[in-house]
Amino acid sequence: MSKVYIALQDNDQSRYIVEAIEDDNPEVTVNYMPAMIRIECEGQLVVRRETVEDKLGRDWDIQELHLNLITLGGNVDEDDDRLSLSWNA
Amino acid sequence: MSLKTLKPGYSGEVKDRLENFNGNQLVYVGWDHQLLFCAPFTLAVSPDIPFGQLRDQVMASVFSPHPEWTQINWDSAGWLLDGKAFVPQLDVSLQAQGIDHKSLLRFQTPELAGFMSAAV
Amino acid sequence: MAAKKLNTKDKYRLLTRDLDWEFSYEDRKQAFPFEEFEGIKITDWSKWEDPFRLTMDTYWKYQAEKEKKLYAIFDAVAQNNGHTNISDPRYANALKLFLTGVSPLEYQAHQGFAHTGRQFGGVGARIACQMQSIDELRHVQTQVHAMSHYNKFFDGFQDWSHMHDRVWYLSVPKSFFDDARSAGPFEFLVAISFSFEYVLTNLLFVPFMSGAAYNGDMATVTFGFSAQSDEARHMTLGLEVIKFLLEQHEDNVPIVQEWIDKWFWRGTRLLTLVSMMMDYMLPNKVMSWKEAWEVYFEEAGGALFKDLARYGIRAPKYAETIEKEKEHVSHQAWWLFYSYGDATAFHTWIPSDEELDWLSEKYPDTFDKYYRPRWEMAKKMEAQGKRFYTKGLPQLCNCCQIPLMFTEMDNPTQLAYRDTVYKDERYHFCSDGCHDIFVAEPEKYVQSWLPVHQILQGNCGGPGLEDVLRDYYRMNVGADNLDMKGSPDEQRWNSWKGVA
Repeated sequence: MSKVYIALQDNDQSRYIVEAIEDDNPEVTVNYMPAMIRIECEGQLVVRRETVEDKLGRDWDIQELHLNLITLGGNVDEDDDRLSLSWNA
Repeated sequence: MSLKTLKPGYSGEVKDRLENFNGNQLVYVGWDHQLLFCAPFTLAVSPDIPFGQLRDQVMASVFSPHPEWTQINWDSAGWLLDGKAFVPQLDVSLQAQGIDHKSLLRFQTPELAGFMSAAV
Repeated sequence: MAAKKLNTKDKYRLLTRDLDWEFSYEDRKQAFPFEEFEGIKITDWSKWEDPFRLTMDTYWKYQAEKEKKLYAIFDAVAQNNGHTNISDPRYANALKLFLTGVSPLEYQAHQGFAHTGRQFGGVGARIACQMQSIDELRHVQTQVHAMSHYNKFFDGFQDWSHMHDRVWYLSVPKSFFDDARSAGPFEFLVAISFSFEYVLTNLLFVPFMSGAAYNGDMATVTFGFSAQSDEARHMTLGLEVIKFLLEQHEDNVPIVQEWIDKWFWRGTRLLTLVSMMMDYMLPNKVMSWKEAWEVYFEEAGGALFKDLARYGIRAPKYAETIEKEKEHVSHQAWWLFYSYGDATAFHTWIPSDEELDWLSEKYPDTFDKYYRPRWEMAKKMEAQGKRFYTKGLPQLCNCCQIPLMFTEMDNPTQLAYRDTVYKDERYHFCSDGCHDIFVAEPEKYVQSWLPVHQILQGNCGGPGLEDVLRDYYRMNVGADNLDMKGSPDEQRWNSWKGVA
């Protein structure tokens, strides 16, 4: 299975998003690079609104992800509650 | 295959036709296995000059900064004209020996290995 | 009862798809005259998917927030003499190349997406292109703003858009985008949204921007990542474009494959410039070009093409050559610019001994064997007071417009030559990839504006090289060009730092 990935700016908001991703996807690898955090995972990766809201302690719109997003790889599927990245092969 | 276009019959203007070079033609010259010069040169010369003038004046003006340029034994150097083995005639014009517009000349000097024997 | 909030899917449907209209009294084909000539068959535009379902109101909301954050940082950089905090003054030269070579492409992309969006019969595609067009305009504006600060303190930033249209090495990026923009709308999307955005811009905007951070350049990393937050959306659009085209009709598959082959090769050639920015122009190194290539091209691109195999799409042509080139291109490119450093609008230099050792470590199979000796030779010549500058103009590839500086990958001391004859004219190329692109569409590439040929036709002023540089390129000769050593940039830096 190929790896999907997402990279976020290394800042105060991303810290909580990364924590949420790690909780929801225990198998991810997190790489800290200058000014950015790259998270990768085999097959699929999900960002859940509820988990991020828990970590942030406030409401969070899944589209707020765009503010800190640097890049991603994989087919994107997004609704009000989650964003998922996946490869079909 | 050819270009798909909105209207049939389109073809761009040929930008580098011989007549655009004010009486000169282009000759490209490269020194094989010699990479101090990162790429071959584009030289604009009259089609009427003899090969000896191309080699000893025009080519020398760009290749001579290499310390081995003066050590080249032209009797044993090999030449390719547009990919085919070629024996230049020093006192015959470029045009008369088939070196035409946008021809590529390559020469080989296997006796010279370059700086640190690394083709530099 | 509280007003119900629309969910994203419904909102997207109402605010995009619902904006379309039927053509009751005009001919739809005449309204979208560019839609068919490339041979692409669209049976149902409603199948177009935008996974982010971004609507215009949300778009403005988040873009405004991004801009506020970005400009706060630009202010901070300017107010705190940010230019003195970069790792080394050599670093500023990477920015000069960025501003003259890359920022104008953002503007080209802005124009390209505005034009292309207009040509699509599907409203989803039109809106996605509209947003991207506005994004790209934002990118060029923020880049110009960020670098206007450096322009006050370093040479070479002053005439970036003029230079982009004229300077020899900038014809490489310029001709790339001219090629894409003069193609049909579907080829433009495959070229830019898919090949360029999905795979190749990652290599520019991710590791290079991370490198900017590592070199103390707060302004650049911030505009870079702010732009890249839009790119993530563009990349997603790129992948959706491909899936949409391939699902619409099986006849689209071979056309799309040809475009992928063409644009991956063109993009790979264009990124040659970025390879040397990574390996040679960043004083503090984050990762080598080869490592970045492996992560973002081989791994990410590999996953992508595995996913697309179900449509009958294969990896781009010449993938094997591309894989070998990662060991070589950055070294060949920096040598080109070093040796033509009297004709570049940025400074060049011999890597320090530590940098040479870093390159040996990162390129154990090629650097010491093929490339270190050139720098030893350059050092020797510099020590003799004869800093090496190549005399004479190079031969250019008629497709990518880069000098013929690439070697045969299985014979790395031999330059690669390819040619073809079309209508009694001979044309030369750096590679099989560029040769094949020409042969497929010779009517287009016979008109390549090759800077060397233009100079030799007398179209760029002259007669001397210095006249061309000064009058036609508008370089400040003696300040913008030549070696870093002894440059006004270096002298100013030393005076800021109190170094004699």
